[in-house]
Amino acid sequence: MKGEVIALASILVFFVAFLWTSQSGLHEWEGADAKAEGVIEEITGGSYTPWLQPLWEPPSSEIESLFFSLQAAIGGLIIGYFLGYYRRKAGEGN
Amino acid sequence: MHIMEGFLPHPWWEIWFAASLPFVAYGVSRISRMAREQRETLPLLAVAGAFIFVLSSLKLPSVTGSCSHPTGTGIGAILFGPWITSVLSTIVLLYQALFLAHGGLSTLGANVFSMGIAGPVVGYLIYRATQRFNLYFAVFLAAALADLATYLVTSLQLALAFPAADGGVLLSLKAFAAVFAITQVPLAGIEGVISALMFKYILQARSDVLIRLNVISKPDLLRLQGGAT
Repeated sequence: MKGEVIALASILVFFVAFLWTSQSGLHEWEGADAKAEGVIEEITGGSYTPWLQPLWEPPSSEIESLFFSLQAAIGGLIIGYFLGYYRRKAGEGN
Repeated sequence: MHIMEGFLPHPWWEIWFAASLPFVAYGVSRISRMAREQRETLPLLAVAGAFIFVLSSLKLPSVTGSCSHPTGTGIGAILFGPWITSVLSTIVLLYQALFLAHGGLSTLGANVFSMGIAGPVVGYLIYRATQRFNLYFAVFLAAALADLATYLVTSLQLALAFPAADGGVLLSLKAFAAVFAITQVPLAGIEGVISALMFKYILQARSDVLIRLNVISKPDLLRLQGGAT
């Protein structure tokens, strides 16, 4: 139980910190990857152009979120399935 | 922490490929040996891989006003060591490069190095060094610092490839770390806590496999179970 409480409490702190920062100042909450691109542009004075483009890009942010949720769902399913499998096995042993 | 497609100039992308390849290759051979000799560990391998899948899909807002994601590699590093974790990370990074255009194929070597090798090596060493004090705290620390190390290495990779005209690599490192590492500090903490919780569930379900994998020792387990009741 203790572990769950600590986890919930720290997620709560994290969430409150997010609420607090999003109220003060203007934040765009863009990805850190994109921000790093900005830094590259600054350092090189905008002279660097990527020499390769992605083979395929999600045509819209909707489709991008589809693949992100698929990624999370696949992972979640596998974790739940195997932990359940292990629990059942442990139960049979008793 | 992905370095985007095409954003590492020659010779850096080749260098990181060369650095990562032996690690991943050895990891593959370790996995295939494990698949032959210790079949009961395979479900746990799937769980460790899936954990990376889930955590690296979560884009979390950080107090710095931008979003980033945890890596989830700490659990894999603790259970199976950094070699095998590098293979698991490669799979996740490939998925994200192909379907999400996050990261890229040309930068795959660099991204595997930061997320699949540097982070897990740090996590593994931290866990080994601190496990005798408090098991769960060791998992927390290992996962959090693996996460942070990944982002520091990404900053270093970018700084090496893009040194500032005056100020050089060090100044660039500061600029990239300001974007990546600072954002990551609260996220690393969350990742550490979630990993410790995950480790608890694995321990409850299959402590015998953890002993066989040499993740914990039998006396430690008995002491932990004694303390729980």
